[in-house]
Amino acid sequence: MGTFHDDLGELHGITIVLDTVDTRTIIGRCHEENDVHVVLHDADIHDSASDDAPVEEYLSRAVKFGHWARHSTLVIPREQVTTIRRLGELA
Amino acid sequence: MPYPEELVAPMRAELTSIGIQELRDAAEVEAFLDRKSGSSLVVVNSVCGCAAGGARPGVAMALQHENTPDRSATVFAGQDVEAVAAVRAALDGIPPSSPCIALFKDGELVHFVPRHMIEGRDAQQIAFDLVTAFDEHCTSTASS
Repeated sequence: MGTFHDDLGELHGITIVLDTVDTRTIIGRCHEENDVHVVLHDADIHDSASDDAPVEEYLSRAVKFGHWARHSTLVIPREQVTTIRRLGELA
Repeated sequence: MPYPEELVAPMRAELTSIGIQELRDAAEVEAFLDRKSGSSLVVVNSVCGCAAGGARPGVAMALQHENTPDRSATVFAGQDVEAVAAVRAALDGIPPSSPCIALFKDGELVHFVPRHMIEGRDAQQIAFDLVTAFDEHCTSTASS
C-alpha cells in the first residue's frame, strides 16, 4: 500500500533501501521508480568504502530508528541499482 | 507552511477524542515529559496518508488494549513546530520522521515506531506492534 499518486509507482511515499553496483547503500522516501531512475526524497547514503560503520550496522540502526535526511532529493540511474527493498521489511 | 487549521482539526480530533492530550508548544511538551514516573506515549501526528490510514487508527486500536501507557500525548508535525521540536529534542539521536510513535518508561525511551514502520502497514499491524510494547512496558491501564 503506497500513498496517493499511483502513476509514480507502488513505492511512492515508501521508505526504501537501494543496493547499488558500487559501494553505496541508499535509504530514502521513494518519489518515483521506473526503468530510467529512482527518485528519492530525504535520503541518506552509506558508503562502505568510506564510512566507519559496516552497512549491516547502518541498516540495523535505520530499521530501528529511521535514517537521517541528508539529501533532500537524489536521482539514481536505474542501471546503478541492483536491488530495492522496503526498509520496513528489514525489521 | 502549515496546512489550514480547518483541514487539520479532524486529524487532531481523531486522537484527542480518544483521550490523548494534545501538546501545542514546547512548555506543554516539557511538562508532559517531565512526569518521569510510569509510562508515557507520544504520537507525532501528521497530515500524510500513512498517519490517516495507519498511525491514528492503529494508536486508537492499541489504546483499547488491557495494558496501556499511564498517559498519552500527541503533537502535530508541520503545524505545532515548537512542540514537535521539543519532542524531537527528547528523542535525541533519533532521526526526525512523521508520523512516529514513542513510548517512554520512567523517562527512558523503551519503544519507537518510526515512519517507515507505519507506511505501508495497516492499523492492525501497527496496533499489534504497540500492544506488544504495552504488554512489556505498561502494567496498568491509562489513568490520565
